[in-house]
Amino acid sequence: MDINQFLDQDQQKDLLRLLTAGSVDDGKSTLIGRLLFDSKKVYEDHLVALERDSKRIGHAGENIDYALLLDGLKAEREQGITIDVAYRYFSTNKRKFIIADTPGHEQYTRNMVTGASTANLAIILVDARKGIITQTKRHTFLVSLLGIRHIVLAVNKMDLVDYDENIFKSICDDYRRFVTRLDIPDVQFIPLSAMQGDNVVDLSTRMHWYHGKSLLNFLEEVHVGSDRNFDDLRFPVQYVLRPSLNFRGFSGKVSSGIIRKGDEVVVLPSLKTSRIISVLNAGEETEYAFPPQSITIQLEDEIDISRGDMIVHPANRPRTERQFEAMLVWMNEKPMDPYASFYIKHTTNTTRARIDTIRYKLDVNTLEKSAADKFELNEIGRVVMTTNKPLYFDPYRKNHGTGSFVLIDTITNDTIAVGMIIDKLSESDLSSRIHIPDSKHKIDNGLSLISQKEIETKYRQQGSTIWITGLHGSGKNVLAYNLERRLFDLGAIVVLLDGSTIRSGLSRELDYSPADRAEHLRRVAHICKILNDQGIITICSFISPKESIRQQIAEIIGKDRFKLVYMDASMEYCRKNKPELYQLADEQKLRFMPGIDEPFDVPQNAIMNLKPNETEQNCNDIIDLLAREKLFPLD
Amino acid sequence: MLIHPLLKHEPNHKKTMNTYTINNLRELEAESIHIIREVAAEFEKPVMLYSIGKDSSVMVRLAEKAFYPGTVPFPLMHIDSKWKFREMIEFRNNYAKEKNWDLIVHYNKKGFEAGIGPFTHGSKVHTDIMKTEALLEGLSQHGFDAAFGGARRDEEKSRAKERIFSFRDRYHQWDPKNQRPELWDIYNARVHKGESIRVFPLSNWTELDIWQYIRLERIPIVPLYFAKERPVVEYNGAWVLVDDDRMPKELAHQAVMKMVRFRTLGCYPLTGAIESAADTIEKIVEEMMTTTKSERTTRVIDFDQEGSMEQKKKEGYF
Repeated sequence: MDINQFLDQDQQKDLLRLLTAGSVDDGKSTLIGRLLFDSKKVYEDHLVALERDSKRIGHAGENIDYALLLDGLKAEREQGITIDVAYRYFSTNKRKFIIADTPGHEQYTRNMVTGASTANLAIILVDARKGIITQTKRHTFLVSLLGIRHIVLAVNKMDLVDYDENIFKSICDDYRRFVTRLDIPDVQFIPLSAMQGDNVVDLSTRMHWYHGKSLLNFLEEVHVGSDRNFDDLRFPVQYVLRPSLNFRGFSGKVSSGIIRKGDEVVVLPSLKTSRIISVLNAGEETEYAFPPQSITIQLEDEIDISRGDMIVHPANRPRTERQFEAMLVWMNEKPMDPYASFYIKHTTNTTRARIDTIRYKLDVNTLEKSAADKFELNEIGRVVMTTNKPLYFDPYRKNHGTGSFVLIDTITNDTIAVGMIIDKLSESDLSSRIHIPDSKHKIDNGLSLISQKEIETKYRQQGSTIWITGLHGSGKNVLAYNLERRLFDLGAIVVLLDGSTIRSGLSRELDYSPADRAEHLRRVAHICKILNDQGIITICSFISPKESIRQQIAEIIGKDRFKLVYMDASMEYCRKNKPELYQLADEQKLRFMPGIDEPFDVPQNAIMNLKPNETEQNCNDIIDLLAREKLFPLD
Repeated sequence: MLIHPLLKHEPNHKKTMNTYTINNLRELEAESIHIIREVAAEFEKPVMLYSIGKDSSVMVRLAEKAFYPGTVPFPLMHIDSKWKFREMIEFRNNYAKEKNWDLIVHYNKKGFEAGIGPFTHGSKVHTDIMKTEALLEGLSQHGFDAAFGGARRDEEKSRAKERIFSFRDRYHQWDPKNQRPELWDIYNARVHKGESIRVFPLSNWTELDIWQYIRLERIPIVPLYFAKERPVVEYNGAWVLVDDDRMPKELAHQAVMKMVRFRTLGCYPLTGAIESAADTIEKIVEEMMTTTKSERTTRVIDFDQEGSMEQKKKEGYF
């Protein structure tokens, strides 16, 4: 083959980024050293230095210590361990490789997570004499946490166990039992000896029982192209390019999906739509682009777009929310201050964020969960976070680009934590967030100076909540305001709470997304609880579309004093009543409209189903109910 | 002659799985462009350090691509030690003019007036004053908060762990223990006043990738990279070009004509030539793949002391 052919071919090779995990004792550095050595990435001058160093500080006796090829920094070399991520480069006939070499020691979870974040594949080393140890499990867990889909379990030092097939098999069985708990689609097992070179580059003649590929051969052939997400277009705008009046381009990296000339797109957060009229890939016109290309696009319409906005297909949008759950890895020596606010950098967006709740801390060795009020260096756990402005994200499992973020300390500017966003908040998760078991206790104590009896005598009533649920425009407020008047006239102590009052102040920073709505209603429920505890009757007028949320509200307020009333109005009635709102929702200009793009659960457990336009009768019914249940008047 | 194992095999015609595959060079290109744009978007006053070398030339090409059809939104800066090869300066001047670059040339005026040079003061003093000090002075004078450099991780052991965004304190110092975690493609660009970030968009490129890209994109490079008959003398164990009359006469008198080329470019008295007949990129690559010495062996400063690159980095040199 001549050099031109070689260069033409070399240029077409693809790139595999891999991670190696294991300790010096497992022979990891030796293995990498050998891969580099055998692919002739070691130059003579390095080798001379290597021979010199092997004799002086090596750990391989009279042999060449390949591990010394890898340790970069002087301080580390003297300590005999690698303490950071080092990147190595080599290529074979079929592929180019970037190795992220990370140390295995427990305190360096941080480095392993760093190396894994850009890798397609992980080689996890075990010592055949020791088998699967805690460290192996930890490495595997971290690899799965970072979403790597291919693992090679390299069972090293087979020469020291006489190349025994049974030992290899039993290690594989142990590992399989463990790894099935994690979500890793492709796991390979290769027995080898890095020191002797068995099954590293060439197949060993000393393990005839092994019918698989050599490590290098496997790395050359494993297919990782389909790991990229080509389905969901996410194009975070990185840079606005405006060199002249007649060119207005939006530059960035295609995070996922395919972007094509002619595509109709929608811009977040403005929700403006337009069409793509040109795609420039690294400065050249093209018909389409895909991840991880860095492109510049032009749109048909002149829309105000800035860095941090996201361009997507109209029918396939990311979640746009200020609240989400994530797995967080604490990367800084300084422990988390749970009350601090951080900068969050997510795609091309930077805003402030805080941690609302730590759900649990995860022990990376046992995978056991435990309660925690903060994280320290190298600790991992699940948190609920709220950001100052909405982020456009997908779960990390589906989309690494839009599911990952880093947290930055606002004072030191250090990157102090990194996170991976978890799938949508599930109903059960919401419930655990809203229900705080010890809050009842606290508030009860706060009221201890005035007894329940004293309150009842004075107000002639028992604190309770009339909670009116129903669609937009169903007539909730008409009922609520009339009922307030009537009860007041009868001498009751009542407080009316409705959506616009609460949202204009107490819930001002919240929007209508499901998570924000849940938070909004949680606040309302707590106000009701405080007022009811003090003997006051509350009338609440809120859409509260979800059955699960209404149940949580009942739990906060207390089931016996929560009276759910349903305004049973037809959609047609509601539309007639609030035509502008419904029209906006139909045109998709308004999101999260219950009954339109957000489900409304018709309550099955309401104590009354009321018809609109019968306000007087409805008030009478409710007043009768209060009397019947001896809530008001109380004689 | 050694034949590199890669050259022994016949081409492997691997069928591509779908049309959405990207080859290694284009993937590296996309990554670098992403990094360059991120810096332009996040920093107030970035600069691209231009050394006139092949890596710099690739880096500048990537910057041009990143902002096409616009122009590069930050200046280039060359730190001139006043001892660069004459052909380098000539190349720089012509190319910058042709491309209409916003180019700053900075040199250490005090050092220059004091006549600092490698022949009289030795490589260490010269490098400290005319390169490191000059660089820090240039960065401070203009108040740059980010500086692109063309360094690659595969160049040298101590660079294998370098971040793409490498944090420098207000004294431009690099502390290996105080580097920020760098995950995915999210780069932390926040700095306080006076602090800065050195950015290495070519971190993941290898020497071969650089040559491939130069070949593919037809990027002009200084002719010194190609073999030619040149007058050289043996100096500090290397073949050094007789480039001007500042070379001591007794040394210059020993000049011999040799077919040589340079693998790296820097100050001419500190850069060793290799004997070579490679006068095309293809031949250079062929030679590179059969050679047994790494790129940096031709740089004299590396031999000063063990871990010397690391020491240089701590002091602020790239």
